[in-house]
Amino acid sequence: MSRPFLVRSALALALIFAADVRAATDADFAEIRDQIRQLKQSYEARIDALEQRLKNAEARAATAPPATQPATTTPVAASTAPAPAPSAAAGIAAFNPAISAVLQGRYANLSQDPNAYRIAGFAPGGDIGPGRRGLGLGESELALSASVDDKFAGTLIVSLTPANTVSVEEAYGIVTALPDGLTPKFGRFFSGLGYLNEQHQHAWDFVDAPLAYETFLGGQYGNDGLQLKWVAPTEQYLEFGAEIGNGDSFPGNQRNRNGAGAVVAYAHTGGDIGASHSWRAGLSYLHTKAQDREYTQTDTFGNDAPIGFSGVSDVAIADFVWKYAPNGNTQTTSAKLQGEYFWRRERGNLTYDSDGKLALTQTDAYRSPQRGWYLQGVWQFMPTWRVGARYDRLDPGQVDYGANAAYLATSSFAPQRYTMMFDWTPSEFSRLRLQLAQSKVRPEVTDNQLFLQYILTIGAHGAHKF
Amino acid sequence: MKSRLHWLLALAVWLLAAWLPPAEAALNVFATLPEWGALTEVLGGDNVKVYTATNALQDPHHVEAKPSLIARARGADLVVATGAELEIGWLPLVLQQAGNPKVQPGKPGYLEASPLVSMLERPARLDRADGDVHPGGNPHIQTDPRNIARVATALSARLAELDPPNAAAYQARYRSFEERWRNAIARWEREGAPLKGVAIIVQHKGFPYLIDWLGMKEVATLEPKPGIEPTTAHLSSVLESIRQRPVKMVLRAAYQSDRASQWIAERAKINAVVLPFTVGGSDSAKDLFGLFEDTIARLLKGAQ
Repeated sequence: MSRPFLVRSALALALIFAADVRAATDADFAEIRDQIRQLKQSYEARIDALEQRLKNAEARAATAPPATQPATTTPVAASTAPAPAPSAAAGIAAFNPAISAVLQGRYANLSQDPNAYRIAGFAPGGDIGPGRRGLGLGESELALSASVDDKFAGTLIVSLTPANTVSVEEAYGIVTALPDGLTPKFGRFFSGLGYLNEQHQHAWDFVDAPLAYETFLGGQYGNDGLQLKWVAPTEQYLEFGAEIGNGDSFPGNQRNRNGAGAVVAYAHTGGDIGASHSWRAGLSYLHTKAQDREYTQTDTFGNDAPIGFSGVSDVAIADFVWKYAPNGNTQTTSAKLQGEYFWRRERGNLTYDSDGKLALTQTDAYRSPQRGWYLQGVWQFMPTWRVGARYDRLDPGQVDYGANAAYLATSSFAPQRYTMMFDWTPSEFSRLRLQLAQSKVRPEVTDNQLFLQYILTIGAHGAHKF
Repeated sequence: MKSRLHWLLALAVWLLAAWLPPAEAALNVFATLPEWGALTEVLGGDNVKVYTATNALQDPHHVEAKPSLIARARGADLVVATGAELEIGWLPLVLQQAGNPKVQPGKPGYLEASPLVSMLERPARLDRADGDVHPGGNPHIQTDPRNIARVATALSARLAELDPPNAAAYQARYRSFEERWRNAIARWEREGAPLKGVAIIVQHKGFPYLIDWLGMKEVATLEPKPGIEPTTAHLSSVLESIRQRPVKMVLRAAYQSDRASQWIAERAKINAVVLPFTVGGSDSAKDLFGLFEDTIARLLKGAQ
């Protein structure tokens, strides 16, 4: 028999069956379902019985006393009393992914208008600022994750904003089958640069991101692309990561180009010092490009001038975190100290009055070496209660506007912010927080901020990164 | 310039050499809890190199996915865990970040203890309003020595499967341990006979297997719900309830804060007993035998 003949017969058979199925009535389906159910029940019952017999046999084998000591036989039967067999979810739901949701809300009392928020001397980007005043819903997050097959695992994290918009926060696959410490990830994900960047906002120790994150990464740096992490085969933790992405996120922007728009590289190391201390430190580097990245800046005449930046943005980050808990036991007290230092250099061309409304449009070279850092500490002083403090500071650097210096002034003002936090975590799944901050991100303007926040988690038990 | 490069290269080589584990043929075992670390050491001897991720003074429910754990899981040939969601807050993350397919759940390099024993306190309903409940049942299975025996059987077989050249050695160690353990259980049961029917309070639901083994009676729990900190109101109601039904002692594990136990012990005039809970939880609990000897001794003292 020739192969094409076989293939054709198989196709014909398949078609006949398909036609047959279509012809089947609802009654037929009900009958088949019934039969399958009966079959399943009978097998489940038999498996349960077998499991029970196996358990009893094991129990007898493990605790069978020597013949000389018959006095010790008693409790075995009690401890192996029929335990219900694990009731694995049956039917179509059996392969449902782990689902969890985070619910958040807050109250904000801000002495300055959040709509006028800007960080003096820094080109802003992304979704930054203290958010709305008064009562408001926070970002709600829905997460699904599961193994895909023997080679991949997948995660989807969707953010539902209070403005009723939906955004895909993360949607990635991980290759789980590679040996030698290699873990490739692909899709959309929070970049592994820095320390805080990979953590979701609800896992942060403060309501808002550090100023350096807002200024240099637009809050949090996401990548659509590919990540490769490698853990070295050493007893000392040593991890290297590299990413390529489309570079759409601030400080880059969408440039309608082929190829990679952003490159990220980082190295992390860490370990324990005794039983009570553990630490992690890292260095990261981001290289991306922007094309006509627009923002508004007040010029020397007091006009709100639209500015366009085209060029290269490089960000380097040094981060560390140190955690303390007596004997590693975080039940009663624990402490955490973390800090990150950012360097960003942007080089390229700046177009002043980019939309031409002031009729002063001019493009010239631009160069901005800028820095920023934060340091924060959190202390759990008794079970479920924590207090924390954070200091943020940005250094505007020597911005070189070239010929645009005629319209744009270099700022020497160093934005800073003092933050205090107090939170209560009655269980792993809930947290209530009070945060007070004094934000000085514009010269001679102080924003006194008060936040009350709740974070509730429902569904699958998540695991938090160190 | 060139000599500086040489120096850098030398430094890199030195750092790598200092960090790389010494080349050994031993099986690298990553144990999540001290009891499984100790058991692996007994059954594996020189053929295994055991890393224990937590210590006896650590709350096993709240462990972080620390960098050190990721590095150790990366080089492990076998991960031994309790399962039943005890390690759910950290182990899945550690295993995912370690990039070691040998020790993922379902692979020969991953062994869970809880499916090997009869689980107690399997919740009839699953609701977080009931506190930190584990769908598979109470995960603190190591407090019953008969469970240790059951895990030992599977663990020994797994070591032999992963390291066939040393299968005979694992088998011999298992036979020796099994006999000593069987005799020890018989001895502990004799010594612990007076504990049968003794009424006790526990701080956390950490001892159902111990209580079941020795036939004690748990009449109250200081935590209002599993994993929820004791409140004064709840402690007062416990105190009230034991006025009607006298108890001998209140039990807590070495890793737990003594405040709630002391509070109730002083007011109810009962003994507050700290149990090692796992290997390393007290000075005498240096190994698995010491763990149960010390546990029985402390219980007998507390029951007086």
